[in-house]
Amino acid sequence: MLLELEKRKQPSRRMLYLTPVISVLLTMIAGATIFSLLGYDGPGAVWAIFFVPVLDIGAWQDLGIKAAPLILIATGLSIGFRANVWNIGAEGQYVMGGLAGTGVALATWELEGWWILPAMCFAGVIGGALYAAIPAFLKTKLNVSEILSSLMLTYVSIQLLYFLMRGPWKDPEGFNFPQSRMFNDSQLLPEIGNTFVHLGVPIAFIVAVIAWYVLSKTVFGFEIRVVGAAPHAARYGGFNQKRTIWLALLAGGGFAGFAGILEAAGPYGQMVPQFPTGYGFTAIIVAFLGRLHPAGIVLGALILAISYVGGEIAQSSIGLPNAASGLFQAMMLFFLLATDILVTYRLRFGGARSGGAA
Amino acid sequence: MTEAILISILVTVVGAATPILLAGLGELVVEKSGVLNLGVEGMMLVGAVTGFAVTTMTGVTFVGIVAAACAAAGASMIFGYLTLTLTANQVATGLALTIFGIGLSSLMGAGFVGQTVERIGPLFPPALAEHEHLRILFGYDPVVYFSFAMTLVVAWFLRRTRAGLILRAVGENDVSAHSIGYSVISVRYMAVAFGGAMAGIGGCYYSLVLTPMWAERLTAGRGWIALALVVFSAWRPMRLLAGAYLFGVVMTLELHAKAAGFEYVPPEFLAAMPYLATIVVLALISLRKSVGSQAPACLGQPFKPST
Repeated sequence: MLLELEKRKQPSRRMLYLTPVISVLLTMIAGATIFSLLGYDGPGAVWAIFFVPVLDIGAWQDLGIKAAPLILIATGLSIGFRANVWNIGAEGQYVMGGLAGTGVALATWELEGWWILPAMCFAGVIGGALYAAIPAFLKTKLNVSEILSSLMLTYVSIQLLYFLMRGPWKDPEGFNFPQSRMFNDSQLLPEIGNTFVHLGVPIAFIVAVIAWYVLSKTVFGFEIRVVGAAPHAARYGGFNQKRTIWLALLAGGGFAGFAGILEAAGPYGQMVPQFPTGYGFTAIIVAFLGRLHPAGIVLGALILAISYVGGEIAQSSIGLPNAASGLFQAMMLFFLLATDILVTYRLRFGGARSGGAA
Repeated sequence: MTEAILISILVTVVGAATPILLAGLGELVVEKSGVLNLGVEGMMLVGAVTGFAVTTMTGVTFVGIVAAACAAAGASMIFGYLTLTLTANQVATGLALTIFGIGLSSLMGAGFVGQTVERIGPLFPPALAEHEHLRILFGYDPVVYFSFAMTLVVAWFLRRTRAGLILRAVGENDVSAHSIGYSVISVRYMAVAFGGAMAGIGGCYYSLVLTPMWAERLTAGRGWIALALVVFSAWRPMRLLAGAYLFGVVMTLELHAKAAGFEYVPPEFLAAMPYLATIVVLALISLRKSVGSQAPACLGQPFKPST
């Protein structure tokens, strides 16, 4: 072999930050190749998905709107992933948050007042957190894998959404369409200035800053990191593993639920059956791409938002199917996981130096 | 009359159980070797779309099934390379494989939406397959019998063969297996490829037999149920068979309750049943205290020989 891996004495910080960039670049190259092979305009697809949204100032507002839920959900998930708690059901917690907030909205649809929107947001956070409490309970009490339980609950939440939209929560004046009432002015997130960027977007960025502070400057953040990296040491240090599992899942669910109600009260303005669009799964990629760090997550969310917006552009400009952006997102995660080895290992060209190595 | 209904219910149960049994058997072998591949759903989708596309193009279902197995095994090799050679995190890589499979299958299948293929016929001649009573035993397509045969083969392989012993050793104690001279990584590669092929066959059972057509996300989370089945089975093939049929019954309830005009329960609740049942079953089996110790000891742990 001409290429050899050599273990580094300590993980490379430079590689830790460089590999996400490398994997985005590799995704572009691989994407262009794959889409050319599939008979599409490959370089055109990459251009439309990754560059057009950035160069078109008109698309920037859309980028912020798409990035906001990803930032929130990924920030919550990163807390769990740091502690080795694999909540992959954020999509379900996002739906439940949206539903809980919508419940408040439907209960107050004839009222107005400044308190309604905060109450909806509160309900959203609680709804998401309670839904994540189920895997937390099953994990801590019965040792059921949170991976499977949280994912199963996602499917259940989507059925609950369909049920509510078809039946109890259907808009009575909605010509029998399976969707809720439109939210009223006290229930909609205000838009900023003369843009169509809703208030949820700056909130998401502010939450990321707060999360950065909590995770890097407080004992709680330290505990989360220790439990994930060294469970035995954590136990000696007096950190309770079960408590961490609870906190990680409740935080993940709460953030996802918050993102859910912000989406419902922002871009949607009501609850619809098409509400689950996969943000909960994409946020997993965002969390990894951002190296589980809030600042990285903001950047990661922007990149994934670019691929969403770009995917839509490519759909209309070169007829690329909708699934293309999902494929790009998965490739990004593959390349990130593949290049991860460069953090702990060094690539060396030519194995001759070590003499006897065949 | 009621007998005819019972038989038709049984036939649906077999249909629902077969794909998750196949995918579950594959994942069982993968996990026995110490690897956790969460990409089952993605590999099933790759198999489903490939099987459908190749069957449509060649007109030969068997070729479609083989292609499905090969395509899904190929997809599993991405997972293998990342987790085994590059020691990437297995949970994250498996998830990536599922997201990848969803995207790739939707893209590949875009041109096939709305087409149908001819359903695979029964394996046995009509005299047996369409016989009033005997069709309980002989009325199924070849894939069903293949799934039974594979259950026995996997059980025999793991318990009675030398290769199976090595595979289990690799999953229970990779360091020791490596030090006696077995190649942990190659064994795991083979297990992952087998798991991929089985998931692929399970996936194409949806597009070639059950529906039989292609639609985006056709497998609707059944790959995850197959993963749960492996836990349920305590990594034993015969119990996996029992579990697959138990879930087959739960999934069939939905169809038959709808058909029987069962109005008191919302259809969404019935659709959510298999997923709720999975959670309940996972919770119940963990009440038995020994469940944790039944998992292969090295499950999910990356292995890097320190040559």
